[in-house]
Amino acid sequence: MNFNPNSSFLYLVAVIVILFILAQSLFFLVRAYKRGKAIGMDAKKLRNTITSSAIFTIAPAVSILLGVLTLSKFLGLPLPWIRLSVIGAITYELPAATSAASALGVSVSENITSPTVYSAIAWVMTLGILPSTVLVPILIRRIQGGLVSIRNRDSKWGDLLITALFMGMISAFMGMVFSNIRKGLSGWIPIFVMLFSAVLMGVCGILIKVLKIKWLQDYALPICMIGAMAFAMVITPVIG
Amino acid sequence: MAGNSYEERTHYLGKIWIWTAVIVFLLVPVSICIYYNAWPPFMSVLKGLLGVAPIYWTVGVIEVITFTPMLGTGGTYLAFVTGNLTNLKVPCAINAMEINDVKSGTEEGDIVSTIAVATSSIVTTLIIAVGVILLGTLTPILNSPTLKPAFDNILPALFGALGVVYISKNWKLAVTPMVFMAVLFIAVPSLSGSVGVLVPVGAIISIAVARLLYKKNMI
Repeated sequence: MNFNPNSSFLYLVAVIVILFILAQSLFFLVRAYKRGKAIGMDAKKLRNTITSSAIFTIAPAVSILLGVLTLSKFLGLPLPWIRLSVIGAITYELPAATSAASALGVSVSENITSPTVYSAIAWVMTLGILPSTVLVPILIRRIQGGLVSIRNRDSKWGDLLITALFMGMISAFMGMVFSNIRKGLSGWIPIFVMLFSAVLMGVCGILIKVLKIKWLQDYALPICMIGAMAFAMVITPVIG
Repeated sequence: MAGNSYEERTHYLGKIWIWTAVIVFLLVPVSICIYYNAWPPFMSVLKGLLGVAPIYWTVGVIEVITFTPMLGTGGTYLAFVTGNLTNLKVPCAINAMEINDVKSGTEEGDIVSTIAVATSSIVTTLIIAVGVILLGTLTPILNSPTLKPAFDNILPALFGALGVVYISKNWKLAVTPMVFMAVLFIAVPSLSGSVGVLVPVGAIISIAVARLLYKKNMI
């Protein structure tokens, strides 16, 4: 059988997976919203959470779409579409595809023409990322149980622990921004962008707290993010 | 057994959804193999997996342990199916809880986190779907040299704004892991490819600092 990585069959598989993801997301969204209302949470605030989360998602989602386009150059569209709509990210999927292809002696610089190579790549992409999904139902109660017992013993320390965990993630990603500074001025661009974004957030903070522009609170993060991305477009041609 | 509380039902339903998702994920390569009658040699898949599994399985374990307390029950069951955790779902959930002034680990926090993760998943899925449909029109725009710096810098743009909120509130906690990570990445730039592995390192440092400061009544 001739192999086409953009065949109707593969698109059909992609559509089924995408519909499953949408169904699960919608199910959890409706359930959480109803529960929020049932326990007396402000419905307007819950709706604002939906709007602000949707707006915040736009820029990162377009970036994920770019990942789909990158992978589609050799894998066709359906498989990257599936992989980047479910657990996984371009930082994982590209090395996974490259590793599987090289195990079969194939380069990923051109379109995959062998169904065997293609299926090997699909297996590696799937199996390499599956543990995090599988581990959730196995570990979630133990992790939450541990946290509850810490909170029961000392609630302030329990809260601090969560903050510290988040700080760990932030510090790793903010530290990564410094990784190119030895390349010269162009390596400083991510740092300038990060600082610009931080300054924008500071300005938003002032507008919210001092000038009482409350609506801005819901949209401060996406505004700062998109503002800083625009700033990157301006400074890169100048100093890049 | 499914209990009656919202929390218990979330666990029960979450498990059904997540195990179904695992089956759906596995059915993708299975269906490709069956339809094209193209089962890859076992050793090739194993060799391919060896190239990525040691790092990504480790990252997977780390992510579950690190993000579950932040995302809450519903958010966790959903985010670990829909993916893109560090660059999207976790910041989105944390930001939503911050705006609503609710804490993770409470029922209100769980609800807000679930709504944020679910909305984000739906919007991401729709944007990618629209992008795939409009591929011909969008590709030249998205790949244009003008827009490239914007997407190259999406993480600094996100973590700058998010970081300043948390650092300003917890600067005593933030200084040590931040300085450690900055020095580490300057000394070994190639580590940027495995930032996921460094998240728990940052978390351990940050937890140790928090414990020390807490014991000394400094926070």
